[in-house]
Amino acid sequence: MEPMQHTLEGFLRALRAREVRVSPAEAIDAHRAAAEVGYADRGLLKDALCVTLAKSADEVDRFDACFDAFFARTAPPIAKTLAGGGETAAPRGSPVLAGQLLTGDEAALAAAMETAAARVGAGDIRLTSQRNLLTRRMLDDMGLRELEAMIQALRVSGAPRDETLAERLAERRAALFVQAAAYMERQSRLYASESGRRMRDALLAQQRLTAVEPEDFRAMEALVRRMARRLATRYARKRHRAHKGKLDIRKTIRRSMGHGGIPFEVAWKTETLHKPKIAVLCDVSRSVAAAAQFLLLFLYSLNEVVERLDAFAFSDRLAGVNDLLDDETVDDAIPLVLARVGFRPTDYGRSLADFVDAQGPRLDRRTTVIVLGDGRSNYADPRLDLMRAINDRARALIWLNPEPESYWGQGDSKMDAYRRFCTVAKTCNTLAQLERIIEDVLRTYQPR
Amino acid sequence: MPDSLAVKLSPRDPLASVEGIIDGLAGVGYIASRRIATALFMATHLRKPVLVEGVAGVGKTELALCAAALLGLPLIRMQCYEGLDESKALYEWKYGKQLLYTQILKDHMGAALTDAPDMATAMERLHGTGDLFFSEPFLEPRPLLNALRAPGGAVLLIDEIDKSDEAFEAFLLEMLSAFQISIPEIGVIKATTPPVVFLTSNNVRDLGDALKRRCLHLHIPLPDQALEEKIVAARVPGVESRLRAELVRFVQSLRTLDLRKLPSISETVDWARALILLHAAALDVELVRETLNVLLKFEADIVAVEPRIGELLARDA
Repeated sequence: MEPMQHTLEGFLRALRAREVRVSPAEAIDAHRAAAEVGYADRGLLKDALCVTLAKSADEVDRFDACFDAFFARTAPPIAKTLAGGGETAAPRGSPVLAGQLLTGDEAALAAAMETAAARVGAGDIRLTSQRNLLTRRMLDDMGLRELEAMIQALRVSGAPRDETLAERLAERRAALFVQAAAYMERQSRLYASESGRRMRDALLAQQRLTAVEPEDFRAMEALVRRMARRLATRYARKRHRAHKGKLDIRKTIRRSMGHGGIPFEVAWKTETLHKPKIAVLCDVSRSVAAAAQFLLLFLYSLNEVVERLDAFAFSDRLAGVNDLLDDETVDDAIPLVLARVGFRPTDYGRSLADFVDAQGPRLDRRTTVIVLGDGRSNYADPRLDLMRAINDRARALIWLNPEPESYWGQGDSKMDAYRRFCTVAKTCNTLAQLERIIEDVLRTYQPR
Repeated sequence: MPDSLAVKLSPRDPLASVEGIIDGLAGVGYIASRRIATALFMATHLRKPVLVEGVAGVGKTELALCAAALLGLPLIRMQCYEGLDESKALYEWKYGKQLLYTQILKDHMGAALTDAPDMATAMERLHGTGDLFFSEPFLEPRPLLNALRAPGGAVLLIDEIDKSDEAFEAFLLEMLSAFQISIPEIGVIKATTPPVVFLTSNNVRDLGDALKRRCLHLHIPLPDQALEEKIVAARVPGVESRLRAELVRFVQSLRTLDLRKLPSISETVDWARALILLHAAALDVELVRETLNVLLKFEADIVAVEPRIGELLARDA
C-alpha cells in the first residue's frame, strides 16, 4: 500500500497544480475512497476519486485530463531505445550510473531517476522554461559528471576494448538524455501548466492597458470577463442582504403601548434598495485606441452585471451603445461600437453636449456617471459648464484616465480643468485598478 | 466502518459493488452511468452527502428517488427556496402547547407554593420541579430532524440548494459533516443511522467551498446516444427500437444547436410518450413540427429550429 499512497499524493499535487482545489480533508477522503475501491480497477478508481475530489463540472474535466496524463505510460525504457542492445558487464570501479546503463537495468535507472528528481525538486516545477535546467540538475544528481569523466578516460586510453566500451556508453548516455527529457516534460505538463498561466494572469492584470501585446489579447479578454463575473457575484450577494428587514425594537415598543405593553404590532426596519443607475461614457477615439478595446470589453461585462447601465461611446460625437451591448455577442459588439463612433479625433465638448441631450432628464441623485477617457479634446471647447451641470445633478462623477497624472493638463489635455468637477479622478491603466474602482462604485450603492 | 450499513452488506446486497448498484438502479427504472453509480457507492461507504449538479431535467431528483427505492428507505424531501430558514427546515416549537403547559404549570405550582413559609423555600421548590418547557415533546420536527431521527435511516433529498440563502447553507454544514444538529435549548441531536443525503443544484449561484468540501460531487452531463436510448427504453417501454433510435438521434442533434434551453432527458422522455400517444411509427417533418413544443420550452428556440427540422432529420438519417 505504501508506494501507492505515495503515488496518490503525487497525483493530488498534480491536481492542485491544475487548480483543482484539494484540501487536506479532501486528501484524506481520497485515500479513504482509494482504500475502499482498491487500485486494481483503473476506471473505478478514476470515478471514485473524481466524485471525492472534483467539485464542479469544470473541475471534472480538469480532473479527467489530469488523471489520464498522470497515470499514462511513461517514456519507453532505455534498453529498448537502443539498437543492438544487450548486456555488458561494467569494469570494476566504474560509477554506478555506468553500471546501470551497461547492464540495462531499467528498474534501477527508473528508481535512480525518481530519487534524483525528488532531490532537485522536479515536482515544484512552475514554468515550462525551467525544464532544461531541471533535467540537467537531475542528470547531474544521478552521476552524469562521473559518467562523462569515465567516457573521457576510456577514449584517452586508446585500447580497442575501451574504445567500444566508450562508444556503447555514449550511445546509452544519449538514450538516457531522451528519457530524462521525456520525464521532465511529463513533470512540467503535470505541475507547471496551470501555475504558469496563473502567473501570467497576475502579470497581465498589472500591465498597462495601452501596452498589451497583441498575442496577449485573448488572455486579457478572458481576464476581463472573469473580473466582471467576480464583481457580479460579489455585488449580487450584497443586494441580497439589503432585501431583508430587521426588527425595529424602538418602534415595536412604542406601538405596544396601546396594547398594555404587549408587542402586538411588530414593526420591521425596512431598507430601501437603491437600484444602481450608472451612466458610462467611454472614449474610443484615436488617442486612446490601444486601451479602447479593453474599456469596451469591461463596459460590456459591466452591462451584464448592472441592471440599469446606460452605456455611451464617443469620439467626435457621442452615441448610446446599449442596444449593441444587449443584443450582440461580445465579439460582434466591440467592432460595431467602434464602427459607430470610433477612431475619430475627440471632441469632449460636443460629446458632453450630446450626453446632456440624451440623458439630461434622467440624470438624478441616484446616477453615477463614469467617464473613461484621456481628456484630450484637440483644443476644442471643453464645455466645462456642462461638466459642472452633470456634477451638480449626478450622485457622483468619476473620471478614469489611462494617462498618468503628470500628463494631465499638458498639451491638449483638459484633464486638470475637468477634474475640478469630478468626485473622483484617477489614473486607471491596468485591469487591477479598473476592477478596484468599479467595485468601489458598486459598493457605494449599498443603503446604509 | 462502524456504522450499521456495513453490517447489512452481504455479497448479494446491491451496494456491495458498483455493478450491483447499476443493476439495482436499473431494476427501479434508473439507468445510471458508471460515474453516477460510483458516486452512490462512495456515498454509502464513506458516509458523505452527494452534491448533484447538472442542467434541469437531467435526472438529479430522480436519482435520489430511485436510490431510496433501491435502498428500501423512506425518502424525506426538502425543497429549498429563498427565505427558507431553520424553523421550516429543522424544527419549530409547538407554541400553542407550550402556552397550555405554562398554564397548567402555573396552577400546579400555585398549589404547591402556597404553603411555602418564605420566598427561598418557594424558589427551591420551583427549581425542584422538572422543566419541560423546552423539551423534545414540544418539538415539531421538520424534514432535517425527521431524517436524523428516522429509525432505520432515510434518504434525504435537499432539492435545489442553490435557491436557498447563504446563511441556510452555512446552517447545513453541521448536519452534513457530522449528521447531527444542535438545538440551543436541548443540546445536540445525533442521527441514530446517518441518512443518505442528496443535494441538488442548478447552479443558480455558486455554492460555498465549505459546503462543497463536505460533499461528494457528481455532475450529470447530458447523456450520449446509447445511454439515452437505454433511458428511454426503461422509462417508456412502449417505443419500438427503430423509432427510439430515431427520436434520440434527433434530440442529440438538437443539442448541437445554439439554443437557449437545450432539451434534456426529461424532455426526451416526454416526447417519446407524446409520440406513442400519437401512434407514430417514424419521424417526419410534420410530426416533429407539431410536437416540437414538448422538446423546446422557449418560443425563440422553436422559431429557430422549425425551418431546420427537415435538414436535421436528413442529417440523422
